Amino acid sequence: MGAFSTIGVFCARSLLTAWISMRALRRNAMRSTLTALGIIIGVASVVTMVAVGNGAQARIEGQVAALGQNMLMIFAGSRRAGGVHGGLGSARTMTVSDALAIEREVDHVVAVSPEVSTVAQVAANGRNWSTSVAGESQDYLKIRDWKLSSGMMFSEREVRSAARVAVVGSKTANELFGPLDPLGQSLRIRNIPFVIIGVLSSKGAGMGGQNQDDRVVIPFTTAMKRLTGEKFIRSINIQIESSAYMESAQQEIGNLLRQRHGIPTGREDDFNVFNQKEIADTVGSISRVITLLLGAISGISLVVGGIGIMNIMLVSVTERTREIGIRIAVGAQPGDIRLQFLIEAVTLSLFGGALGVLFGVGAAHLVGMFVEFVPVVSPGSIVLAFSVSFGIGVFFGFYPARKAAALDPIVALRYE
Amino acid sequence: MSPPLIELRGIEKTYRTEAVEVRAVRGVDLRIARGEFVAVMGSSGSGKSTLMNILGCLDRPTGGEYFLDGEAVSQMKKRDLSILRNAKIGFVFQSFNLLARTSAIDNVELPMFYSQPLVARAQRRQRALEALKKVGLSDRSGHHPSQLSGGQQQRIAIARALVNSPELVLADEPTGNLDTRTSAEIMGLFQALNEAGITIIMVTHELDIAAYSKRVIVMRDGRILSDQVNETPRHADVEIARIDREEREAKLG
Ligand SMILES: Nc1ncnc2c1ncn2[C@@H]1O[C@H](COP(=O)(O)OP(=O)(O)OP(=O)(O)O)[C@@H](O)[C@H]1O
Ligand SMILES: [Mg+2]
Repeated sequence: MGAFSTIGVFCARSLLTAWISMRALRRNAMRSTLTALGIIIGVASVVTMVAVGNGAQARIEGQVAALGQNMLMIFAGSRRAGGVHGGLGSARTMTVSDALAIEREVDHVVAVSPEVSTVAQVAANGRNWSTSVAGESQDYLKIRDWKLSSGMMFSEREVRSAARVAVVGSKTANELFGPLDPLGQSLRIRNIPFVIIGVLSSKGAGMGGQNQDDRVVIPFTTAMKRLTGEKFIRSINIQIESSAYMESAQQEIGNLLRQRHGIPTGREDDFNVFNQKEIADTVGSISRVITLLLGAISGISLVVGGIGIMNIMLVSVTERTREIGIRIAVGAQPGDIRLQFLIEAVTLSLFGGALGVLFGVGAAHLVGMFVEFVPVVSPGSIVLAFSVSFGIGVFFGFYPARKAAALDPIVALRYE
Repeated sequence: MSPPLIELRGIEKTYRTEAVEVRAVRGVDLRIARGEFVAVMGSSGSGKSTLMNILGCLDRPTGGEYFLDGEAVSQMKKRDLSILRNAKIGFVFQSFNLLARTSAIDNVELPMFYSQPLVARAQRRQRALEALKKVGLSDRSGHHPSQLSGGQQQRIAIARALVNSPELVLADEPTGNLDTRTSAEIMGLFQALNEAGITIIMVTHELDIAAYSKRVIVMRDGRILSDQVNETPRHADVEIARIDREEREAKLG
């Protein structure tokens, strides 16, 4: 007999065995379904959790990206012991000339925006609203990769002349003007009249959860002169030419500021540099870990489901001892019996896996209705959940199957 | 002269449990030719079932040699014994041993699932139906064991034993759970099979049943006590007619 026909016979025999297994499972449809339930829940929760994790991750990464492209942020304020940041931007150390020096002296700096910010009462169209007012340079929107939905940004000349012009966030505009067009309208900030020249496009919740659309942006010169009365600025937003220069620029800026603030090497800086790319990387890796953790925790329920299958298979082997004895007596080989029970276990777990994927995708959609982000069902998690459930079937089915195959037919035939 | 279908030489079976040793079979020499119909008798515990299990290749002897159809089987692997059983031996048990919740015809088909070469589905059906016809139960193929009488169940079991056209049918107390008339019917079937050339070995406690065979072996304490040819086997047809007549008379009287 050639190798091919041997394989052919083996396959056909396995098929017959599979047929026997299916009949046994169908005969116990209720029990089979309940047994598979553990796997159904396990797979469903893996698929859902990974989808939710992925969705949250995409959302967070989107928010980090929305900070702007290749952006560095420098905050005034010193780092305290233990690495805890305290009172960022509150220290009175950083000035506009620091920002100008950075723009002038550091390589690959494309744009700089010194930032001052305050919360102020604003009034327009007969309505009052409390919002955050940011003083920025004309390049701020470019740095933050932020578009206007109408109007325009203030110019360099308007910054230099400390013009009373304002660009308003979409939420602020809506609160004050409702459906009316705010462009060209007057806006009073702490009773100082401004002209609205632009409306920002909507950006949604920021990383801290605050609404970025509720704000007013004015030239930093105007803000310092008329609102805060301060010489010092809170932070500097800087755009670097490309991500390749982020680190070197960060280094240079650090050196420059230390020199300008007279901080000898070895002493703590009185400023903090935030690298948008680093934040993105950190946040990315944190959210990946969270996704993984969610997946792993729900993976535990898969294992529990597998144990459930093993349990039922063991019960089933005991219950069907006599059947096994009869099969062996009429000529079933130990391999046939082993395969029969293995196929039963694997079928249960794959059936559970398939239903689990369906329920998981459904649950992910359901979750999507209640959260602000869209859960992303990844094909990878489906393939993984499916192959894991196959593996569980084999792993937890093996022992009962071996036990069944090892039964002594004489003992089995007498079993009551 | 062709070799006997069965040849046992000094067969021993010793069960070892914790402290005790039970010598269930202690040196049995036996030759059974093709076409014989043998009844094995003996008191309880004399080793009849143990011997039958060895003959049926369900168990291996702890000593001696067993040749089935010229092949030495005492040292065969489990897998090879399975193949041998499937091809050459049919079993009939006292308690029928049918798969519950499985139709009669599916029960009869069972051995063919494990046959080499494989049997196609249509052929499985056909052969199972033929076997059911031989035992006179073609009309019950869809019934489950719980829907059948004891005698009918035993006939299904016989059909299952026949379906792979075995050389040898082994029956351990096949009529132990049946009444006299049904027992006679089962014996009628055995006699018909034996007429068709199948070798039959059956264990029984009843002289009435052993009377249907052509040779009677009596065992005691794991040994063969006597081995005699039955010159005048009882005929099932005659016996059934007699039983029916007696029943009628009992009713009239
Ligand atoms: N698995 C076993 N382990 C230990 N001893 C056993 C085992 N099977 C049988 N025996 C012993 O072997 C002896 C023969 O048993 P066996 O079943 O062959 O008797 P038997 O002639 O078929 O009796 P019966 O007519 O009651 O069926 C008995 O003493 C029994 O206790
Ligand atoms: Mg017995």
